[in-house]
Amino acid sequence: MTFLYAAYAAVWIIHLVYVVNLVRRYTRLRKEIEEIGK
Amino acid sequence: MKRAFPILAIVTAALLSYGLYQALVAAPTDRMQGDVYRIIYYHVPSAWVAFLLFFLNFVASIQYLVRPKPVADRLANWVAIAIGVVLCVVPFVYRPLPGGMEPSALATTGLAITGIYFLIKKLFSELTVDALAVVTAEVGVVYCTIVLVTGPLWARPVWGIWWTWDMRLTSTLVLWLIYVSYLLLRKFSTGSQTPLLAAALAVFGALDVPLVYFSIWFFRTQHPQPVIGGGGSIDPRMLHVMLINLLAFLCFAGLVCWSRYRLEILQREVEETQALEALLDRRPR
Repeated sequence: MTFLYAAYAAVWIIHLVYVVNLVRRYTRLRKEIEEIGK
Repeated sequence: MKRAFPILAIVTAALLSYGLYQALVAAPTDRMQGDVYRIIYYHVPSAWVAFLLFFLNFVASIQYLVRPKPVADRLANWVAIAIGVVLCVVPFVYRPLPGGMEPSALATTGLAITGIYFLIKKLFSELTVDALAVVTAEVGVVYCTIVLVTGPLWARPVWGIWWTWDMRLTSTLVLWLIYVSYLLLRKFSTGSQTPLLAAALAVFGALDVPLVYFSIWFFRTQHPQPVIGGGGSIDPRMLHVMLINLLAFLCFAGLVCWSRYRLEILQREVEETQALEALLDRRPR
Protein backbone atom coordinates (compact mmCIF):
# COMPACT_ATOMS: atom_id res chain seq x y z
CA MET A 1 0.00 0.00 0.00
CA THR A 2 2.96 2.33 0.60
CA PHE A 3 3.83 2.33 -3.13
CA LEU A 4 0.20 2.91 -4.07
CA TYR A 5 -0.15 5.94 -1.79
CA ALA A 6 3.28 7.22 -2.84
CA ALA A 7 2.24 7.06 -6.51
CA TYR A 8 -1.10 8.83 -5.94
CA ALA A 9 0.60 11.47 -3.76
CA ALA A 10 3.27 12.01 -6.44
CA VAL A 11 0.61 12.52 -9.14
CA TRP A 12 -1.19 15.19 -7.09
CA ILE A 13 2.05 16.89 -6.02
CA ILE A 14 3.21 17.15 -9.67
CA HIS A 15 -0.19 18.60 -10.67
CA LEU A 16 -0.12 21.02 -7.74
CA VAL A 17 3.44 22.20 -8.41
CA TYR A 18 2.57 22.93 -12.05
CA VAL A 19 -0.65 24.81 -11.17
CA VAL A 20 1.17 26.89 -8.51
CA ASN A 21 3.87 27.64 -11.10
CA LEU A 22 1.17 28.82 -13.55
CA VAL A 23 -0.41 31.07 -10.91
CA ARG A 24 2.99 32.63 -10.09
CA ARG A 25 3.63 33.30 -13.78
CA TYR A 26 0.18 34.96 -14.06
CA THR A 27 0.92 37.16 -11.05
CA ARG A 28 4.30 38.20 -12.47
CA LEU A 29 2.72 39.02 -15.84
CA ARG A 30 -0.05 41.04 -14.21
CA LYS A 31 2.61 43.14 -12.45
CA GLU A 32 4.35 43.72 -15.78
CA ILE A 33 1.04 44.82 -17.34
CA GLU A 34 0.47 47.24 -14.46
CA GLU A 35 3.96 48.71 -15.01
CA ILE A 36 3.26 49.17 -18.72
CA GLY A 37 -0.01 50.91 -17.81
CA LYS A 38 1.92 53.43 -15.68
CA MET B 1 -16.31 31.36 -23.23
CA LYS B 2 -15.79 33.03 -19.84
CA ARG B 3 -18.62 30.97 -18.36
CA ALA B 4 -17.34 27.73 -19.87
CA PHE B 5 -14.13 27.80 -17.80
CA PRO B 6 -15.73 27.62 -14.30
CA ILE B 7 -18.26 25.07 -15.56
CA LEU B 8 -15.46 22.89 -16.92
CA ALA B 9 -13.53 23.39 -13.65
CA ILE B 10 -16.50 22.13 -11.60
CA VAL B 11 -17.06 19.16 -13.91
CA THR B 12 -13.33 18.32 -13.76
CA ALA B 13 -13.24 18.51 -9.94
CA ALA B 14 -16.27 16.21 -9.75
CA LEU B 15 -14.74 13.76 -12.24
CA LEU B 16 -11.34 13.72 -10.47
CA SER B 17 -13.01 13.07 -7.10
CA TYR B 18 -15.23 10.34 -8.52
CA GLY B 19 -12.27 8.82 -10.38
CA LEU B 20 -10.15 8.83 -7.21
CA TYR B 21 -12.92 7.13 -5.21
CA GLN B 22 -13.46 4.55 -7.95
CA ALA B 23 -9.72 3.85 -8.28
CA LEU B 24 -8.98 3.49 -4.56
CA VAL B 25 -12.23 2.06 -3.19
CA ALA B 26 -14.74 0.80 -5.76
CA ALA B 27 -12.47 -0.98 -8.26
CA PRO B 28 -11.93 -4.69 -7.54
CA THR B 29 -8.54 -5.82 -6.21
CA ASP B 30 -6.29 -7.65 -8.67
CA ARG B 31 -5.80 -11.30 -7.69
CA MET B 32 -2.14 -11.41 -8.76
CA GLN B 33 -0.82 -7.95 -7.85
CA GLY B 34 -3.06 -6.92 -4.96
CA ASP B 35 -3.88 -3.26 -4.42
CA VAL B 36 -0.69 -1.87 -5.95
CA TYR B 37 -2.13 -2.47 -9.45
CA ARG B 38 -4.44 0.53 -8.77
CA ILE B 39 -1.49 2.73 -9.81
CA ILE B 40 -2.45 1.95 -13.43
CA TYR B 41 -5.62 4.05 -13.00
CA TYR B 42 -3.35 7.12 -12.96
CA HIS B 43 -0.38 5.74 -14.92
CA VAL B 44 -2.23 4.70 -18.09
CA PRO B 45 -4.52 7.79 -18.45
CA SER B 46 -1.47 10.03 -17.86
CA ALA B 47 0.38 8.25 -20.68
CA TRP B 48 -2.58 8.65 -23.05
CA VAL B 49 -2.95 12.34 -22.19
CA ALA B 50 0.81 12.88 -22.71
CA PHE B 51 0.65 11.13 -26.11
CA LEU B 52 -2.36 13.22 -27.14
CA LEU B 53 -0.64 16.46 -26.11
CA PHE B 54 2.58 15.53 -27.94
CA PHE B 55 0.48 14.71 -31.00
CA LEU B 56 -1.21 18.13 -30.79
CA ASN B 57 2.26 19.67 -30.48
CA PHE B 58 3.32 17.75 -33.61
CA VAL B 59 0.30 18.96 -35.62
CA ALA B 60 0.73 22.56 -34.41
CA SER B 61 4.45 22.45 -35.31
CA ILE B 62 3.72 21.03 -38.78
CA GLN B 63 1.15 23.76 -39.37
CA TYR B 64 3.56 26.45 -38.16
CA LEU B 65 6.10 25.18 -40.70
CA VAL B 66 3.80 24.68 -43.72
CA ARG B 67 1.19 27.45 -43.45
CA PRO B 68 3.36 30.27 -44.82
CA LYS B 69 3.94 28.17 -47.97
CA PRO B 70 0.65 27.50 -49.88
CA VAL B 71 1.99 24.45 -51.79
CA ALA B 72 3.35 22.80 -48.62
CA ASP B 73 0.11 23.65 -46.81
CA ARG B 74 -2.01 21.96 -49.50
CA LEU B 75 0.31 18.95 -49.51
CA ALA B 76 0.03 18.64 -45.71
CA ASN B 77 -3.78 18.77 -46.00
CA TRP B 78 -3.76 15.88 -48.47
CA VAL B 79 -1.33 13.88 -46.32
CA ALA B 80 -3.66 14.33 -43.30
CA ILE B 81 -6.62 13.11 -45.38
CA ALA B 82 -4.58 10.20 -46.80
CA ILE B 83 -3.52 9.05 -43.29
CA GLY B 84 -7.19 9.00 -42.21
CA VAL B 85 -8.30 7.06 -45.30
CA VAL B 86 -5.43 4.53 -45.15
CA LEU B 87 -5.95 3.81 -41.44
CA CYS B 88 -9.70 3.39 -42.01
CA VAL B 89 -9.35 0.97 -44.94
CA VAL B 90 -6.09 -1.00 -44.65
CA PRO B 91 -6.69 -2.59 -41.18
CA PHE B 92 -9.95 -4.12 -42.44
CA VAL B 93 -8.32 -5.50 -45.61
CA TYR B 94 -5.04 -6.91 -44.24
CA ARG B 95 -5.91 -9.16 -41.29
CA PRO B 96 -4.87 -10.33 -38.77
CA LEU B 97 -2.93 -7.28 -37.63
CA PRO B 98 0.35 -7.68 -35.73
CA GLY B 99 0.18 -8.04 -31.95
CA GLY B 100 -3.61 -8.52 -31.92
CA MET B 101 -4.25 -4.85 -32.79
CA GLU B 102 -7.91 -4.20 -33.47
CA PRO B 103 -8.88 -2.66 -36.86
CA SER B 104 -11.50 -0.44 -35.20
CA ALA B 105 -8.81 1.03 -32.89
CA LEU B 106 -6.61 1.89 -35.88
CA ALA B 107 -9.56 3.31 -37.86
CA THR B 108 -10.56 5.51 -34.90
CA THR B 109 -6.94 6.71 -34.61
CA GLY B 110 -6.90 7.53 -38.34
CA LEU B 111 -10.12 9.54 -38.15
CA ALA B 112 -8.86 11.33 -35.02
CA ILE B 113 -5.59 12.30 -36.75
CA THR B 114 -7.42 13.84 -39.75
CA GLY B 115 -10.09 15.46 -37.56
CA ILE B 116 -7.59 17.01 -35.14
CA TYR B 117 -5.44 18.32 -38.01
CA PHE B 118 -8.31 20.24 -39.61
CA LEU B 119 -9.78 21.32 -36.24
CA ILE B 120 -6.49 22.96 -35.25
CA LYS B 121 -6.28 24.56 -38.68
CA LYS B 122 -9.74 26.05 -38.26
CA LEU B 123 -9.36 27.20 -34.64
CA PHE B 124 -5.81 28.60 -34.65
CA SER B 125 -4.24 31.26 -36.86
CA GLU B 126 -0.67 31.17 -38.21
CA LEU B 127 0.51 33.10 -35.14
CA THR B 128 -1.47 31.35 -32.40
CA VAL B 129 -0.65 27.84 -33.64
CA ASP B 130 2.92 28.34 -32.34
CA ALA B 131 1.51 29.24 -28.90
CA LEU B 132 -0.51 26.01 -29.00
CA ALA B 133 2.70 24.07 -29.73
CA VAL B 134 4.46 25.55 -26.65
CA VAL B 135 1.47 24.91 -24.38
CA THR B 136 0.91 21.29 -25.43
CA ALA B 137 4.62 20.48 -25.10
CA GLU B 138 4.76 21.93 -21.59
CA VAL B 139 1.62 20.20 -20.29
CA GLY B 140 2.66 17.01 -22.12
CA VAL B 141 5.97 17.01 -20.21
CA VAL B 142 4.01 17.26 -16.93
CA TYR B 143 1.98 14.14 -17.83
CA CYS B 144 5.04 12.30 -19.15
CA THR B 145 6.74 13.05 -15.80
CA ILE B 146 3.77 11.48 -14.01
CA VAL B 147 4.17 8.38 -16.21
CA LEU B 148 7.90 8.14 -15.41
CA VAL B 149 7.29 8.56 -11.67
CA THR B 150 4.29 6.22 -11.25
CA GLY B 151 5.80 3.48 -13.48
CA PRO B 152 8.78 2.69 -11.20
CA LEU B 153 6.52 2.96 -8.12
CA TRP B 154 4.41 0.16 -9.63
CA ALA B 155 7.42 -1.80 -10.93
CA ARG B 156 9.26 -2.01 -7.59
CA PRO B 157 6.69 -4.20 -5.76
CA VAL B 158 5.57 -6.10 -8.90
CA TRP B 159 8.87 -6.72 -10.79
CA GLY B 160 11.20 -6.30 -7.82
CA ILE B 161 13.14 -3.52 -9.62
CA TRP B 162 12.58 0.20 -10.03
CA TRP B 163 13.75 0.42 -13.65
CA THR B 164 14.97 -1.70 -16.55
CA TRP B 165 16.47 -0.45 -19.81
CA ASP B 166 13.90 -2.15 -22.03
CA MET B 167 12.43 -0.59 -25.17
CA ARG B 168 9.18 0.82 -23.73
CA LEU B 169 10.76 2.40 -20.67
CA THR B 170 13.83 3.73 -22.47
CA SER B 171 11.86 5.21 -25.38
CA THR B 172 9.51 6.93 -22.89
CA LEU B 173 12.50 8.45 -21.08
CA VAL B 174 13.92 9.59 -24.44
CA LEU B 175 10.52 11.12 -25.32
CA TRP B 176 10.55 13.06 -22.04
CA LEU B 177 14.13 14.25 -22.68
CA ILE B 178 13.25 15.39 -26.22
CA TYR B 179 10.35 17.54 -25.01
CA VAL B 180 12.32 18.90 -22.05
CA SER B 181 15.01 19.98 -24.53
CA TYR B 182 12.24 21.53 -26.68
CA LEU B 183 11.08 23.59 -23.68
CA LEU B 184 14.67 24.58 -22.83
CA LEU B 185 15.16 25.72 -26.42
CA ARG B 186 12.00 27.83 -26.23
CA LYS B 187 13.00 29.32 -22.89
CA PHE B 188 16.66 30.17 -23.42
CA SER B 189 16.91 30.88 -27.15
CA THR B 190 15.75 34.40 -27.97
CA GLY B 191 16.46 34.62 -31.72
CA SER B 192 13.68 35.11 -34.28
CA GLN B 193 14.38 31.61 -35.64
CA THR B 194 13.56 29.94 -32.31
CA PRO B 195 9.93 28.98 -33.13
CA LEU B 196 11.11 27.53 -36.46
CA LEU B 197 13.90 25.47 -34.85
CA ALA B 198 11.57 24.35 -32.07
CA ALA B 199 8.92 23.28 -34.62
CA ALA B 200 11.53 21.22 -36.50
CA LEU B 201 12.67 19.60 -33.23
CA ALA B 202 9.05 18.84 -32.32
CA VAL B 203 8.43 17.12 -35.67
CA PHE B 204 11.42 14.81 -35.13
CA GLY B 205 10.58 14.38 -31.44
CA ALA B 206 7.06 13.26 -32.27
CA LEU B 207 8.50 10.31 -34.22
CA ASP B 208 9.31 8.81 -30.81
CA VAL B 209 5.61 8.68 -29.83
CA PRO B 210 4.69 5.75 -32.15
CA LEU B 211 7.97 4.08 -31.19
CA VAL B 212 6.93 4.24 -27.50
CA TYR B 213 3.40 3.06 -28.27
CA PHE B 214 4.26 0.17 -30.57
CA SER B 215 7.45 -0.91 -28.77
CA ILE B 216 5.57 -3.52 -26.73
CA TRP B 217 4.36 -5.18 -29.94
CA PHE B 218 7.57 -5.10 -31.93
CA PHE B 219 10.21 -5.63 -29.22
CA ARG B 220 10.57 -8.05 -26.35
CA THR B 221 9.88 -5.89 -23.30
CA GLN B 222 9.12 -6.36 -19.63
CA HIS B 223 6.27 -3.84 -19.81
CA PRO B 224 2.76 -5.43 -19.67
CA GLN B 225 0.91 -5.85 -22.96
CA PRO B 226 -1.93 -3.42 -23.72
CA VAL B 227 -5.35 -4.40 -22.42
CA ILE B 228 -7.38 -1.91 -24.46
CA GLY B 229 -7.38 -2.00 -28.28
CA GLY B 230 -4.46 -4.41 -28.37
CA GLY B 231 -5.95 -7.86 -28.09
CA GLY B 232 -5.72 -8.12 -24.28
CA SER B 233 -8.64 -8.37 -21.88
CA ILE B 234 -9.68 -6.37 -18.82
CA ASP B 235 -12.46 -6.72 -16.25
CA PRO B 236 -15.33 -4.39 -17.34
CA ARG B 237 -15.37 -2.80 -13.84
CA MET B 238 -11.64 -2.01 -14.14
CA LEU B 239 -12.16 -0.65 -17.68
CA HIS B 240 -14.93 1.61 -16.38
CA VAL B 241 -12.62 3.08 -13.68
CA MET B 242 -9.81 3.51 -16.23
CA LEU B 243 -12.10 5.40 -18.63
CA ILE B 244 -13.49 7.63 -15.84
CA ASN B 245 -9.95 8.60 -14.86
CA LEU B 246 -8.98 9.11 -18.50
CA LEU B 247 -11.91 11.50 -18.93
CA ALA B 248 -11.01 13.30 -15.68
CA PHE B 249 -7.36 13.68 -16.73
CA LEU B 250 -8.39 14.86 -20.21
CA CYS B 251 -10.64 17.53 -18.68
CA PHE B 252 -7.92 18.60 -16.23
CA ALA B 253 -5.30 18.75 -19.00
CA GLY B 254 -7.79 20.76 -21.10
CA LEU B 255 -8.28 23.25 -18.27
CA VAL B 256 -4.55 23.61 -17.66
CA CYS B 257 -3.85 24.00 -21.39
CA TRP B 258 -6.59 26.63 -21.64
CA SER B 259 -5.06 28.67 -18.77
CA ARG B 260 -1.53 28.23 -20.09
CA TYR B 261 -2.63 29.25 -23.61
CA ARG B 262 -4.19 32.47 -22.28
CA LEU B 263 -0.99 33.15 -20.34
CA GLU B 264 1.16 32.55 -23.44
CA ILE B 265 -0.93 34.89 -25.62
CA LEU B 266 -0.92 37.58 -22.91
CA GLN B 267 2.85 37.18 -22.46
CA ARG B 268 3.42 37.64 -26.20
CA GLU B 269 1.26 40.78 -26.22
CA VAL B 270 3.23 42.22 -23.27
CA GLU B 271 6.54 41.44 -25.00
CA GLU B 272 5.33 43.14 -28.19
CA THR B 273 4.22 46.22 -26.23
CA GLN B 274 7.55 46.37 -24.37
CA ALA B 275 9.46 46.08 -27.67
CA LEU B 276 7.33 48.87 -29.17
CA GLU B 277 7.90 51.07 -26.11
CA ALA B 278 11.66 50.49 -26.33
CA LEU B 279 11.57 51.51 -30.00
CA LEU B 280 9.60 54.68 -29.27
CA ASP B 281 12.01 55.59 -26.44
CA ARG B 282 14.97 55.25 -28.77
CA ARG B 283 13.38 57.48 -31.46
CA PRO B 284 15.16 60.87 -31.70
CA ARG B 285 12.97 63.76 -30.48
